[in-house]
Amino acid sequence: MSTEQAITTYREGARITDVDSLVVEGLSVYYETEDGTVKAVDDVSFTLKQGERFALVGESGSGKTTLAMALMRLTRPPGHIARGSVTLNNRDLTTLTEDEMRQARLSELALVPQGAMNSLNPVMRIERQLTDGIVDHLADDESITKKELSQTARDLLTRVGLRPEVARLYPHELSGGMKQRVAMAIGISLRPSLIIADEPTSALDVVVQRQIMQTLGRLQEGLDASIMLVGHDMGLVAQFADTIGVMYAGKLVEVGPVEDVFGDPKHPYTKLLIQSLPSLQEKKDFVGIPGLPPLLIHLPQGCAFEDRCPSRFGKCTGAVPEKLSVGARRDVACFLYEGEGAS
Amino acid sequence: MSAFIELEHVTKTFGSSGLFGGGSVTIAVDDVSLTIDEDEPAITTVAGESGSGKTTLTRLLLGSHVPTDGRMLYRGKDFTKLTRRERRAFQREVQPIFQDPFESYNPFYKVDHVLDAPIKNFKLAGSVAEKKRMIEDALEMVGLVPEETLGRFPHQLSGGQRQRIMVARALLLKPRVILADEPVSMVDASLRATILDSIRRLNRDLGISVVYITHDLTTAYQISDNILVMYRGTIVEAGTVDAVIQSPQHPYTQLLIESIPQPDPKNRWGSEPPQQNWEITDTEITGCKFADRCPAVMDRCHTVRPAQYLIGEHQLATCLLYEDKGEMTNPDITSTFQTEKQAITAAASN
Repeated sequence: MSTEQAITTYREGARITDVDSLVVEGLSVYYETEDGTVKAVDDVSFTLKQGERFALVGESGSGKTTLAMALMRLTRPPGHIARGSVTLNNRDLTTLTEDEMRQARLSELALVPQGAMNSLNPVMRIERQLTDGIVDHLADDESITKKELSQTARDLLTRVGLRPEVARLYPHELSGGMKQRVAMAIGISLRPSLIIADEPTSALDVVVQRQIMQTLGRLQEGLDASIMLVGHDMGLVAQFADTIGVMYAGKLVEVGPVEDVFGDPKHPYTKLLIQSLPSLQEKKDFVGIPGLPPLLIHLPQGCAFEDRCPSRFGKCTGAVPEKLSVGARRDVACFLYEGEGAS
Repeated sequence: MSAFIELEHVTKTFGSSGLFGGGSVTIAVDDVSLTIDEDEPAITTVAGESGSGKTTLTRLLLGSHVPTDGRMLYRGKDFTKLTRRERRAFQREVQPIFQDPFESYNPFYKVDHVLDAPIKNFKLAGSVAEKKRMIEDALEMVGLVPEETLGRFPHQLSGGQRQRIMVARALLLKPRVILADEPVSMVDASLRATILDSIRRLNRDLGISVVYITHDLTTAYQISDNILVMYRGTIVEAGTVDAVIQSPQHPYTQLLIESIPQPDPKNRWGSEPPQQNWEITDTEITGCKFADRCPAVMDRCHTVRPAQYLIGEHQLATCLLYEDKGEMTNPDITSTFQTEKQAITAAASN
């Protein structure tokens, strides 16, 4: 095990080791429908090191949430993992039995869901919701007293920045930010080594968003866990993450350290995403990305971004570009970079 | 300058000491005076977080809330004393655009329905052909192609298209003021640009005043002339966006701006700011409402309620740090505002 920083990051306090936490290889999630196969996630590969913060970004429908759910093995029919492996701490999650997977959830990988307001049970006190998972994961010969559980709930609440008395409350008595904090407390209750946070602050105000993200970061660092943040807010990614993966139409089109990707985006889609961000420094005309993403059920033969791409050329309609390595931990799936460095 | 809507010392409170109120009163809007001008149509942002009172302020401006204290004037006349005909005119001249473009639609009707209804309701068209032309013009104005839009159901259109149809619907009524409540917060970032752009065109090309309600200061800076920032019902800072965003003076505005996630990984957030304490009720606060979270808090802040102090010609802050600047004589916060056109005229005459 190397203590050396495996990734360049400007993030203060980052402790990223060279140990692989999560290795996703060739993961494909398909939905079988009457009209054909929808390739929601198609041949996606990436690696997270222990302690790394990886952000997966993309527009609605790009497959980012489908991918997150597949990692948790929570894909619902007609969706299914068609191919690929998800290796967490050297164990392939796709080969686990349903029971083993149930044990792995929360204790090895935990989900902090999108819109915590809807993920809490409205008729159950917070304490019970915090400790249900703990009770559920007890081995047959283990037991825990009510008092211990109650103390655990209070400790968890303190760790996410809430008062211990919140344990006695019901979800409707909490603000949106407080509910998101409760969802984080549930997520860390069994000290997972991977936290998957799916747009954890999408409906919150900027200050609350910042507080929640900073709390999430602090928790992750405390657990030495790695984190996968799913979202579409490029600003949030720049503030929070070490590395970024950009999804488009079910494929991962670019991966790299955030400083490099924001400083020098390679894929034309990433370039447009960054260019279209409004700025506080200068007033400029809004530039959107013209056109719409393709329907996943009728993907073009070539590159899925071709019809919206300002840099397209002849080759783009003929074949789907493969992933190319364009630097240290930098991959891009675009024909523009063929012949640049080893693939 | 002719005032279209004026708020004079308007306060709106909710709850009561009654049977179910439990004695807690929320002061959603606290002594606000402002003017929406007709001759100098501006884009004005109302910024603030959940609970800041920005939605209550919008509802007051829409006439759907009645002030608890103070009064609202429409074309110089007390809003509560309008005739039926005047109230109807108000309803046509002030148009809202809401946050969720999907909830504004009936999924069983084609999108044409939301465009037909206001024309019928206000009898705007004399013939079917005229109605068709009006609808097509409005759609083109917001950058939509009528042939690709009409005859479809809401679910067949993207969120961005649905929201632009809502802008087109508002346009049909030839309003003087559009109140847009978080019009892009439910829409993908890449589609926001087109909606904001169509809102900006309404202002520039058609001379409509726009009130843009948002918690997103980045888009506020991009599209508006002026801004007011609310915290727990009080306008804590107001002025031109150039003054307020580039050089925020109130510690709360400073916190808001610092917290915007900038797309620059080399320039990350500082330490985590304190949370808002909702346990202290509005009526219990005697001093500044932001005092418990303020990094620049002084002893006086806990007991003395700050007034509005003029920081520059185009900026005010409700903060005791600026007490030496003297209390503003004109309580109307819009006296600090300036449109782009006014700025150019002012520069030319100097």
